[in-house]
Amino acid sequence: MSLGPYASFVVISYALVAAVVVILIVWITIDYRRHQERLGELEARGVVRRSGRGAADIR
Amino acid sequence: MKPMTLIDLANPTKFLSQTARMLPWLAGATAILLLVGFYQAAMAPDDYQQGATVKIMFIHVPNAWLSMFVWGVMSLAALGTLVWRHPLADVAAKAAAPIGAAFTFLALVTGSLWGRPMWGAYWEWDARLTSVLILFLMYLGLIALWRAVEDPSRAGRAAAILTLVGAINLPITKFSVDWWNTLHQSASVIRKGGPMLDRAFLIPLLMMTMGFSLLFITLHLAAIRNEILRRRVRSLQMMQANQRAA
Repeated sequence: MSLGPYASFVVISYALVAAVVVILIVWITIDYRRHQERLGELEARGVVRRSGRGAADIR
Repeated sequence: MKPMTLIDLANPTKFLSQTARMLPWLAGATAILLLVGFYQAAMAPDDYQQGATVKIMFIHVPNAWLSMFVWGVMSLAALGTLVWRHPLADVAAKAAAPIGAAFTFLALVTGSLWGRPMWGAYWEWDARLTSVLILFLMYLGLIALWRAVEDPSRAGRAAAILTLVGAINLPITKFSVDWWNTLHQSASVIRKGGPMLDRAFLIPLLMMTMGFSLLFITLHLAAIRNEILRRRVRSLQMMQANQRAA
């Protein structure tokens, strides 16, 4: 598959989109794990929600 | 699995439980759609005028569509905050803003990279490009507002007003190519009389658009889940501090 004389513009566009999408996914995943860890720490310290459920319980 | 109702959505714990079940399926469906779309885009023929640069369209158009769609979702959420006081409305709006900003950034940059070989310029201050740049700056402004105000409900109300004011920019962006003489081409997919694109370009474009739209839904649900957990951490930390003070 030849992308012609402007191949660099096409390749950079796709690479940039892929990079930003990966950054979004990684950022959201790390953010989730960080909050789960914090809730786990709070639960370990005996802090419970008003409902009586554990801090990290998402069911 | 029972279908998710609006009442379920209003309860953060039920929302977390439902999204935990849905996210793997959504992520899988997104990956499949994007892979098929990417393959179709790679196999699409060159345009008789643009050559292979037409392939940029398959990523530029979905991102441009989402830049406006996400603001539309945030506007609905803003109404949910101000009118119906839905408990998850401002959570949904806050979670959507960084994702919308990322799609708008990609629409601007891929458009610029497409414009250089086709127009001979990376940037032109025409109505479409300028209104999308304004949209991007509004996303950044909203993100800054949420970071500046500590109380989430106060920040949510202020952001909701700003979002609804900013929604005025959506029809301006959409119809800018019809209202003004711009370098940007006019609508070629959603228009009276049907799409102008040949099926060889239209099918990959629709597949990529569905893939990116599903990507937004997946990321948005995950980001809403994170925001709920962030607020739970905050309220538990405040509860712990109050207990210590007492």
